[in-house]
Amino acid sequence: MAQHYRPGRSLLIFTVGLIGLMIWTFLPGERHTPKLGLDLRGGTQVILSPSVAVGETLTQDQLDQTVAIIRQRVDGFGVAESEVTIQGTGNGAKIIVTIPGETSRTVVDQLKTTAQLNFRPVLAIDFGSPQASASPTPSVSDSANPSAAPSDSATPAASTTPEPTPSPSVSVAPELLVPPIQSPDGSGDFADRFAALDCATSDILNGSTDDPAQYLISCEKDGSVKYALAPADLVGTDIESATAGLPQQGAGGWQVDLQMTTDGAKKFADSTTKLSALESPNDQFAIVLDGVVISAPSVNEPILGGSAVISGSFTADEARALAQVLKYGALPVGLEVDEVQQISPTLGNDQLQAGLIAGGFGLLLVVIYLLLYYRALGVIAVVSLVAAAIMTYLVFVILGRGIGFTLTLSGVAGAIVAIGITADSFIIYFERIRDEIREGKRLRVAIDQGWIRARRTILAADFVSLLSAAILYYLSVGSVRGFAFTLGLITFVDIAVAFLFTRSLVTKLGNSKWMNSGSAWTGVSPTRLGVTSSTSEVN
Amino acid sequence: MAGLSQLGNSLYRGDVSYNIVGRRKAWYLVSAILIILSIATLGVRGLNLGIEFKGGAEFSVPLTVANDESVSQARETVLAAGETPSTVTIIGGDTIRIQTPALSTEASNALSAALADSFAVEEANIKVQLVGPSWGDEVTQNALRALLVFLVLVAIFLSIYFEWQMAIAALAALAHDVLITVGIYALSGFEVTPASVIGFLTILGYSLYDTVVVFDKVKENTKGIHGGSRTTYSEAANLALNQTLVRSINTSIVALLPVLSILVVGVSLLGVGTLNDLALALFVGMLVGTYSSIFVATPFLCQMKERAAENIALAKRVQARRKGGDAANDVKPEISIGAPIVSSAGPRQQRVKKTRSGRSGK
Repeated sequence: MAQHYRPGRSLLIFTVGLIGLMIWTFLPGERHTPKLGLDLRGGTQVILSPSVAVGETLTQDQLDQTVAIIRQRVDGFGVAESEVTIQGTGNGAKIIVTIPGETSRTVVDQLKTTAQLNFRPVLAIDFGSPQASASPTPSVSDSANPSAAPSDSATPAASTTPEPTPSPSVSVAPELLVPPIQSPDGSGDFADRFAALDCATSDILNGSTDDPAQYLISCEKDGSVKYALAPADLVGTDIESATAGLPQQGAGGWQVDLQMTTDGAKKFADSTTKLSALESPNDQFAIVLDGVVISAPSVNEPILGGSAVISGSFTADEARALAQVLKYGALPVGLEVDEVQQISPTLGNDQLQAGLIAGGFGLLLVVIYLLLYYRALGVIAVVSLVAAAIMTYLVFVILGRGIGFTLTLSGVAGAIVAIGITADSFIIYFERIRDEIREGKRLRVAIDQGWIRARRTILAADFVSLLSAAILYYLSVGSVRGFAFTLGLITFVDIAVAFLFTRSLVTKLGNSKWMNSGSAWTGVSPTRLGVTSSTSEVN
Repeated sequence: MAGLSQLGNSLYRGDVSYNIVGRRKAWYLVSAILIILSIATLGVRGLNLGIEFKGGAEFSVPLTVANDESVSQARETVLAAGETPSTVTIIGGDTIRIQTPALSTEASNALSAALADSFAVEEANIKVQLVGPSWGDEVTQNALRALLVFLVLVAIFLSIYFEWQMAIAALAALAHDVLITVGIYALSGFEVTPASVIGFLTILGYSLYDTVVVFDKVKENTKGIHGGSRTTYSEAANLALNQTLVRSINTSIVALLPVLSILVVGVSLLGVGTLNDLALALFVGMLVGTYSSIFVATPFLCQMKERAAENIALAKRVQARRKGGDAANDVKPEISIGAPIVSSAGPRQQRVKKTRSGRSGK
């Protein structure tokens, strides 16, 4: 087999392959650097896990839907290159959200808001606690009727001013007074519980379910106002879209434009026709998210066209948040935050630099050692390491574009560790060559024989390395994966370089006169390898 | 350099040979002491788990200079915000790290704002990490599951590629490496983070990689020895160890250099972080891994192999030949690993000099 081996051809294949990768990498109009992970560029990463009740299983459908909604929310932040990915399946699935760059600290809250959205007619309104003062009530108007909209939004309708009621005389057990309180028909102690509830002192249960078919007592988000509410007229899925914006005339504050689905438009028309005929506060409907009242606009006129405007004294942020809630309201499952990491771009950059410096320094040390020990062979090892480094960089860029591979700090660490494994392939090969020379073989024979023996060892050892990388990759989450992927990738690069590049270079060099001269600088000098003239005739 | 190269020649030919296999009791004793120490420390002190495993919140505030004053200032800020700081530490001289028990996102936002205010830094520059209490358990569970699957698959691979005794010996060395590395973590109180877990898992791969390289040579050397009566299995394996010793040393140096560079660069530029946690685990693990593939895996393998009937018979034949043929024996046995030649690991330099008398190193 040795005489069939043509080093020139392997070298050509390798060079053509490498040039091909380079052309692919530096295609105009594409990015030419690896995609960096959050820890290297700064940003927010949130790992969420769907919370499922004991005994239930999460279907792929539910998971996909949840991810779609989260993706919409993330896209709503308007940060380029944000990502939402799923790792794992079933109940063990994780949703990983990454938002690069500097992001606001409220991102996490907005992401995990599970948002079960109901529109409920208001039955009664009161101060959350005696000393609170109510904010002006927003109003809702028909956006299809432009003449009505501007006037309504220009003057936020403070149509309802809750009036303090006397302290409740009825005693209700405190555990019954944790909002949201649901009641199937609004009878019994419903009124008493409403009267006894103090929003300022009782915590609102977060993430509670709100059955749209039942009556509800709950509080405004800040605890300032409490509501008694009828069963829902509309639910979250009846809303097609919601956007925050300024009125076209430019007057007044921010508003939220609502667009209903066909079905929703009908329900909304019925509801608003009914509500607009009633007296305050019964002309209001409450937008209830997870049992908490977000806003309770009053209805000025029947809205028949399925599009409406909620206006009031909103700030831009409030309007956007409300629009987000309305649009992406209902998640099919609850979410728990497993991990949140926020890294500033400065720190990310520092970590990248430290990683690069560590890698470069490590590479330099290895190069020095290899040159000192293996001399001419060491030069080949160094060239091979450089070839492997270039190839790894190119593959990083290409995979970043192709499958969204991101280079994280642990990936950089994996790459640095892989320097050792790559160099080891050369060491095994060189030691085998030297072993053969010690047996008294001539250099060219030693190079061929040494390769045959080294090849087996390199493949077996690399296989173990690949196996551990693959298992780590499939069975882990987050940073472990980045590390495993890089390690596995570089093992492949190592095999390609060792088989196509290093071997042919060594073989080519082995044919040269100088390498066979026995000079101490070749690294394969028979005399230095202890071959005496008596043994060197053995072939 | 030249010294190592010369040693390599002598080791290869067997002029110099360390009787590693024959001294297995000594190595076992060393390993046993280390393992018992590790288990004892683990039991008494336990591991210093990072917040990723305990759950909690961590804030890193970048400052121009962090000193004791900033530590107490941070403590006061956290207490004023109504939270309890579990630890406040200075990292790398210019960053202050505050860890608290689990916080809600609201509370964490409030605290990060309070810290930004107190230290007059921009809030966006504070690194925040919140970890749910179940997250660490999951990471650990995943790691354990990965470990189990890995062990099974590796055992299958090694049994097919080598033989089952080698698979057992390799896995024993692996368990040895992980136990001792974890023990060193317990003893030193280094914080265990997910990055350290990655490090531990990598050690598994590395430890096996190293063992595979040595075993490959053992396999080569022991092929066909049963036909003759020149050398026992242990002797052949010992020669393999000696012949790959230079490779083992070179590989370890080459693998450790980058890791060392991460440690040095990481500590001086970044203070504590992913890179360092990982590098530390790797550094310790690789050292132990190199030791075990030479001093634990192969002696253990030989111990198992010497029980096999064919190897007992071989050992008897070798013994008979050496006794009977002392006078008539070939003057130059190819493999001179027998007990008399190898006196100890100590005076190896002299032996090298003796065999390579005429040539100077440079």
